[in-house]
Amino acid sequence: MNPGFTWNIITDVQWMWSLPSMVNAFRAGLAVAVLAGVIGWFMVLRRQSFAGHSIAVTGFPGAAAAVYLGLSATIGYFGFCIGSALVIALLARGSGTGVGERAHSSALIAVVQAFALALGAVFLDLYGGFLSSTSTFLFGNFLGITDEDVLTLVAVAVVVLLAMAVIGRRLLFVSVDPAVAAARGVPVRALSVLYLVLLGAAVAEVSKFTGSLLVFALLVMPAATAQVITARPGLSLLYTVVIGVLVTWFGLAWAYFGNQATGFTITSLAFACYVLAYAVKSVRRTFRQGRPGRLGVA
Amino acid sequence: MIDDAVLSLRDAAVSVGGRLLWSGVDLSVRPGEFVAVLGPNGVGKSTMIKVLLGTLPAAAGSVTVLGERPGAAGEQIGYLPQRRNFDGSLRIRGVDVVRLGLDGDRWGVPLPFSRRLSSARRIADERVHEVIDLVGASAYAHRPIGECSGGEQQRLLIAQALVRRPRLLLLDEPLDSLDLPNQAGIAALIHRICVQEQVAVVMVAHDVNPILSYLNRVVYIVSGGAASGPASEVITTETLTRLYGTPVEVLRAADGRLVVVGGPEAPALHSDRHADHHTHQHGDRHEALR
Repeated sequence: MNPGFTWNIITDVQWMWSLPSMVNAFRAGLAVAVLAGVIGWFMVLRRQSFAGHSIAVTGFPGAAAAVYLGLSATIGYFGFCIGSALVIALLARGSGTGVGERAHSSALIAVVQAFALALGAVFLDLYGGFLSSTSTFLFGNFLGITDEDVLTLVAVAVVVLLAMAVIGRRLLFVSVDPAVAAARGVPVRALSVLYLVLLGAAVAEVSKFTGSLLVFALLVMPAATAQVITARPGLSLLYTVVIGVLVTWFGLAWAYFGNQATGFTITSLAFACYVLAYAVKSVRRTFRQGRPGRLGVA
Repeated sequence: MIDDAVLSLRDAAVSVGGRLLWSGVDLSVRPGEFVAVLGPNGVGKSTMIKVLLGTLPAAAGSVTVLGERPGAAGEQIGYLPQRRNFDGSLRIRGVDVVRLGLDGDRWGVPLPFSRRLSSARRIADERVHEVIDLVGASAYAHRPIGECSGGEQQRLLIAQALVRRPRLLLLDEPLDSLDLPNQAGIAALIHRICVQEQVAVVMVAHDVNPILSYLNRVVYIVSGGAASGPASEVITTETLTRLYGTPVEVLRAADGRLVVVGGPEAPALHSDRHADHHTHQHGDRHEALR
């Protein structure tokens, strides 16, 4: 079925896109990458990567439980990711600016994460023996994405992105400067809770693609890369989305022709982008130090 | 006198958690005046700012800010909270932080490329650059704010507080964690803004010396009492002895700096709080008025 990569790019792509499941994977990938880029950009800015990772890990028992109960894994991902986001948001007190508060909430997040992994093992055990999709839950799979899946992923992405479009500027204010934002009457706490719920939804989407353990490939890496390249908020957000989409599409093609897990291919490409951006920046900085009087305008 | 006052407190008191922090504060500030709130650590100087912002109710007395109850005129107040520096890895430019002071509390997101189409957007851009010019931060406003020095960050944050042309500026220890030249520079800048823009400034400070020559009035708070008036009348041996209820002496150094000796404040209290930066850098002003 898969003729392998022939170096004739056009026929390769034509062949790849003749399969409905591959077309679905590219469509879903677009929705997931754009969503993950926007949400992830704020996650990196807000230093909430650990919370994002923990929410992703809870997607694993969610998917396992859903399959055990005879439901779709997608429902499990969304239910558990949004649920754990709410738990983290409501139990972590304050706006998380103080050192003590941060220590408290990071311990709390760790507790949620450990419990989630244990729960996942229990559901696998209940299912009886080895669940063939375990590695799919953890490392992702691009095959078997149905039309219905695409519709769900696109719908969720649209809803979350619309919400982000409404709260975007206020969320940026709260993330950069919580004390002044609060004094200006911006509801810091409500926005933090809402953002974590949106993060939960985005994580669930990405999990479907890259698996629970590798969500950072799309949530953190494009945003971290873009923030290395520029400090302009708008431009950096745009770079994040473009990098995310490119990495996802090339990752899908690689996974298809190379018979690899999407989690691996997408992560590798995203990692390569980050290393490249960082290396270029380091080299430029070294050059700049040799020429005093020129300030970097990032 | 009340008519043109930007803010006025009459016999105001504040309690937090059932404990009376301070009471009997009388103060009136007019446009272009520079007033400092002084007192020992832990006495509740910052709660004064919170009362003026309307986030904490006054337990007694009357408080009027810009002719209304506190909190009602938020648009016309610039606020600089006490803070630590921005994280060195924060990848947001100073100009963006100033911009958030202008429109960060609005819903929605700025549309890309609207700069060419929208005149409101152009006016906003101009205002941001104007205020950055005013504080003298143009050289580094386009660098990531985490890479700016403490003094540079403080100038940008003052620009952020000023960007909406407030009539009242509330500053909570803006000289904290700055070295001596930067303290002098920021103090002179705040004075210039006061005079040039006719903004009323209320500044919480633990050391009066960098701003002493610019002040119109001070409020000196101790637990249980307060005194306000010109610095030369309040920071005196007689007034402070009466306030503290124990013998306190105010000495004037040859360069004009004031030093308070024998205050009842436990030294451990303030050296704990400022141990990391202050006691080392400012060893020479160890006994300066706090």
